Amino acid sequence: MLSYMSSPTIRAVDLDTPIIQATGVTRSFGDVHALDGIDLVARRGQVTALLGPNGAGKTTFVKAVATLLEPDGGELLVDGVDVRKDPRRVRRLIGLAGQSAAVEPALTGRENLEMVARLFGHRPTEARAAASAVLEEIDLTADGDRPVKDYSGGMRRRLDLGASLVGAPRLLLLDEPTTGLDPRTRLGLWASIRALVQGGTDVLLTTQYLEEADQLADHVVIIDHGRVIADGTPTELKAQAGQDVIEVRVRDEHNLEAVGALLAPLGTEPPRVDVPARRATVPVMNGTDRLGELIRLVAEHDIALDDIGVRRPTLDEVFLALTGAPQ
Amino acid sequence: MTDTDTTSTDTLPISLTETMASTMSIEPPEHPPTAWATATTYAGRTVRQYIRTPQLLVVNAATSIMFLLIFRYVFGGAIATGPIPYANFLIPALAATSGLFASGIIGVAEDAESGFFDRLRSLPVPRGAVMVGRSFADTLVILWGTFVTIVVGFAVGFRPDGGAIGSLAALGLCVVYAFALSWLQIFLGLVAGSAQAAQGLSFAVFPLIFVSSAYVPVESMPGWMQPVANNQPVTMMIGAVRSLVIGGDTTTLLGHSTSYFVIRALIWSAIISLIFSALAIRRFKRR
Repeated sequence: MLSYMSSPTIRAVDLDTPIIQATGVTRSFGDVHALDGIDLVARRGQVTALLGPNGAGKTTFVKAVATLLEPDGGELLVDGVDVRKDPRRVRRLIGLAGQSAAVEPALTGRENLEMVARLFGHRPTEARAAASAVLEEIDLTADGDRPVKDYSGGMRRRLDLGASLVGAPRLLLLDEPTTGLDPRTRLGLWASIRALVQGGTDVLLTTQYLEEADQLADHVVIIDHGRVIADGTPTELKAQAGQDVIEVRVRDEHNLEAVGALLAPLGTEPPRVDVPARRATVPVMNGTDRLGELIRLVAEHDIALDDIGVRRPTLDEVFLALTGAPQ
Repeated sequence: MTDTDTTSTDTLPISLTETMASTMSIEPPEHPPTAWATATTYAGRTVRQYIRTPQLLVVNAATSIMFLLIFRYVFGGAIATGPIPYANFLIPALAATSGLFASGIIGVAEDAESGFFDRLRSLPVPRGAVMVGRSFADTLVILWGTFVTIVVGFAVGFRPDGGAIGSLAALGLCVVYAFALSWLQIFLGLVAGSAQAAQGLSFAVFPLIFVSSAYVPVESMPGWMQPVANNQPVTMMIGAVRSLVIGGDTTTLLGHSTSYFVIRALIWSAIISLIFSALAIRRFKRR
């Protein structure tokens, strides 16, 4: 559904036009349906996260939005512009930071940014100004004139993010921006991304990390096998799983089986047992009541516990429930 | 969240308020880049990449020098080139074919593999101009190999006898060949897609060099091979440079007149440039 301004002749910038609108987007590579009818709407002023396992189609979708791949079917609009009909106009709206930091090691950070700024269409003086502003923004001003081959992995990733910003794009596409980064560097990159959104840039990011989606995204789209299987805010998705989870950690590993047997009749699904962690979990209705029953049963069987509790499901559990847990 | 809500991030290396101020200072460009700006920007980056990665230029030069010395001193004594001194036979051939040794294939494959081409394709650049820029840069790198060959050539006895005009014309042809062969390299690099595959593919051009008049007179090859060696583009390119450089009665010395070789070399260069630029640009644009 497109929402146009009321006048049929003048179409001004409509803030209600979604930044991305995908309707039944397909793309195949031979027999593999990488995108098998993606329906997705990403609104302005928010971070949309595409979440899914390896091979789910996340990167293919980002490449389609970035005009690197042409969809076979369906309709894909970026800010109302059709990626198939006018890809060059779409490219003026987007900035892409890829999985591998595509920065040139032999150039300095500043030269990298100036180069990309020129390729966005900036004149030389504008390109220099944009590079300086972005270096400041990604906190690399002090290292801006060092060759990138001397940068750490995290600095390269920040520069790669910066390179996608020099053209002041309306939509930033981040394909697994923090894969392979240490936790501290990841936090720094998250802060940069949050700040960008506040500055008015819309973001579509892909991630395998539920925590990342939970932390950054206003809107999470879970995809698997090239299809959208769930869609909503992180809170809505957790609510969609609907149930509380009882989690028990036993002191002795050999009691795990017995605890699993006690949990089975309480749960709405078979309990999930994690042997190395000595932990068993089960989704339940009315968590607090079931917890009381369980504590009584455990005491009767005289099983020593390290921990027992009831909690809301994590996005991980939602994800596994939706995509099918590996056995 | 509002501007002042920095509670969750104020301990992190990047401050929200600073970031916001600078984000707003960049305006989107009014126009997408021109073809010229695109080509020169990418060429400039690639040339700087070569200059600042001395290994690339050194390996490139070392390969040229090694082939030159091996053929000049190891095989040269056993190769009969009649009245033409072997150095004068060999050096023009190596200068003309340095475009078949240069590392453009690998450079292009690395740009494809690293994600750099994905970034370029996501930018509002005229995509054909990206490839033209690559060709400019690779042409310069190939001419570096030509330059090294000529300098070392003089040290091992190469003496052009064709006069200044002949030598300048020969250099001009080397520039034309470098441009044409850069397109072959770009196309092969795009086909390879990874530096490792490119390494292997760079040997694919070897038959073109060896089954030609580059190192040995074609008459010394088996009869069935001679028509191939005599008529393939590299032999024409080498023949043109060689005849301009050695001068004299080239019809007697090389079997054909200078103009026979030059005309065919220029036609082949045009064909190679057109075919491989079209193939490379089409492949780069494919999505």
